[in-house]
Amino acid sequence: MADAQRAAGIRADGISKRFGDFVALDDVDLAVPSGRLTALLGPSGGGKSTLLRIIAGLDTADTGTVVIDGQDATRLPPQRREVGFVFQHYAAFKHLSVFRNVAFGLEVRRRPKAEIRARVHELLELVHLTQFADRLPAQLSGGQRQRMALARALAAEPKVLLLDEPFGALDAKVRKELRDWLRRLHDEVHVTTVFVTHDQEEALEVSDEIVVINHGRVEQVGSPNDLYDRPANEFVMEFLGPTTRLDGRLLRPHDIDVFADAAPGTVPAVVQRLQRVGFEVRADLRRTDGDQQTFWVQLTPGQVETLDLAVDTPVWVRPARRAAVIEPALT
Amino acid sequence: MAERTREDVLDDLDRVDRIDGAGSSGPDQPGEPDGSVGGPTPRPGRTRPPRPAGSGPVRWTLRLVAIGYVVVLVLLPLAVMLVRVFGDGLGAFVASVTAPEAVTSIILSVEVAVQSVVINTVFGLAAALLITRYRFWGRSALNALIDVPVSVSPVIAGLALILVYGQNGWFGGALAAVGVQVIYNAPGIVLATSFVTLPLVVRELVPVLEEIGLEQDQAGRALGANAWQRLWRLTLPSVRWALAYGVVLSLARALGEYGAVRVVAGNILGYTQTMPLLAAQRYTDLDENGAFAISFVMVAIAVLSIVVVAILRPKEES
Repeated sequence: MADAQRAAGIRADGISKRFGDFVALDDVDLAVPSGRLTALLGPSGGGKSTLLRIIAGLDTADTGTVVIDGQDATRLPPQRREVGFVFQHYAAFKHLSVFRNVAFGLEVRRRPKAEIRARVHELLELVHLTQFADRLPAQLSGGQRQRMALARALAAEPKVLLLDEPFGALDAKVRKELRDWLRRLHDEVHVTTVFVTHDQEEALEVSDEIVVINHGRVEQVGSPNDLYDRPANEFVMEFLGPTTRLDGRLLRPHDIDVFADAAPGTVPAVVQRLQRVGFEVRADLRRTDGDQQTFWVQLTPGQVETLDLAVDTPVWVRPARRAAVIEPALT
Repeated sequence: MAERTREDVLDDLDRVDRIDGAGSSGPDQPGEPDGSVGGPTPRPGRTRPPRPAGSGPVRWTLRLVAIGYVVVLVLLPLAVMLVRVFGDGLGAFVASVTAPEAVTSIILSVEVAVQSVVINTVFGLAAALLITRYRFWGRSALNALIDVPVSVSPVIAGLALILVYGQNGWFGGALAAVGVQVIYNAPGIVLATSFVTLPLVVRELVPVLEEIGLEQDQAGRALGANAWQRLWRLTLPSVRWALAYGVVLSLARALGEYGAVRVVAGNILGYTQTMPLLAAQRYTDLDENGAFAISFVMVAIAVLSIVVVAILRPKEES
């Protein structure tokens, strides 16, 4: 984009927040590098939206400090934090046209009319809503409304862009397209962006860095590959994708090698059920030694054919060499 | 990926739009979790109810009963009054409503109505915002108290005002000492009228504000708007029809208030006599036609208000 947005980082230190007896955030530290796209990932009610709202100033923390772009923002009201905020349900100004919605942040700052017009048109072009400038939000589809909200948030050139489950209200197909688009938009605009999601696929696909939050605590911080390959604990591993248990160890069902004959380190098992879902085959297995433990393996149709698998076929299995494994906790 | 041009991004968006049903000013996304997002949310009373399963005669009977009820109770008395008002010709009517005490009463009524409507619009907006946007100790008590004027007889309201502001009332003495007379004076009438019209604006605004929710205001905050900018640019435009409706209702109610005003006004001819008081006075003085003439002025204003409301109402649907 022509006007380079100032890249800025966010620091939140020792953030705690309670709603009555419920602990939403428990002494959370967060550092968002400038110019990056960071995902706050976690289950509903885990505190990630609260953290985002505290950064924006829409909620206040009981304890802790928020620093945006090197400036202490802990006590600043949201209107002075220079953040762009995008809500899950768009929060469109229904009585204003798309143009006036996007212009809002500039109008309240009393920018010159010509400057507002130019800037709004530039943004409408960026989100491809130019031809809808005179429509009311009610005349837009959900995806268009959210793009309008994004343009509106970017209009006053915020230091950081905060998105609270931005695609949560959209249907699956539009959600996927918009998230790809957000990634490319960010590559163009480079504004420090934090977005909240409970969809691990969304976080893995879009973000530079993921912060996994659960029960008001940060479970792990890292790049998508870091988190997937080296999960810090069972929660992170289970939240980022399917898991199964072999010998008490938690691992991914695609990280189990299956053999037709015994091999070093393998254990015997028998196929109980084969279920094909698109390009993957889910094989439910039961060990034929020890405690007859059941587990499942993710295979391709090709592997099933090569191994000549069917119900009651005996097989030998072992964890793949580079499998991400969480060892059973010592009790 | 960073090498992609803007055209690529735009092309992709075109694709999204096709999936997303763009271009058609079509309905909302399926599964939109809150119906408040401008969609075609059916409102009670807006959609035509399904035809009752009953046969023709049932429908006709119901219709007859409803229409007959309204005719007997509302239309007939008003029609008879109309006949009486203009029975002696237009000249008699004009003379009756331009008599000095009539002119004074019309002016006083309008003044009082405007003042109490202004007071209640400001208070009503503040109270409605307070109730819908904040959780505070005493919120439900405030919410319940606002309805008291509807459930309490206006006469009781008038008597209560005398207890507080009357000569022997709590503040009456102190106010009289600084030269302010409330009871048997215009301020008392404004107070009494404000009391009875207090819930009207609040009750119109609260449901609309609840429907709008908090996010619009929060979005305004995040975009840098201060409290006044949010009020003038976001909140007021969003509730303007509800507010207009509440104001018109209050105005009509304020012009017609008898009970509470009767108690506090003292009915001083040509001084604290509002239109309803004058109408009642003339009736007791056996000037029936004069009473009906001034009543007609009130009815005309009320009907005008209803017409204004009827014109405003459809615009609520955007």
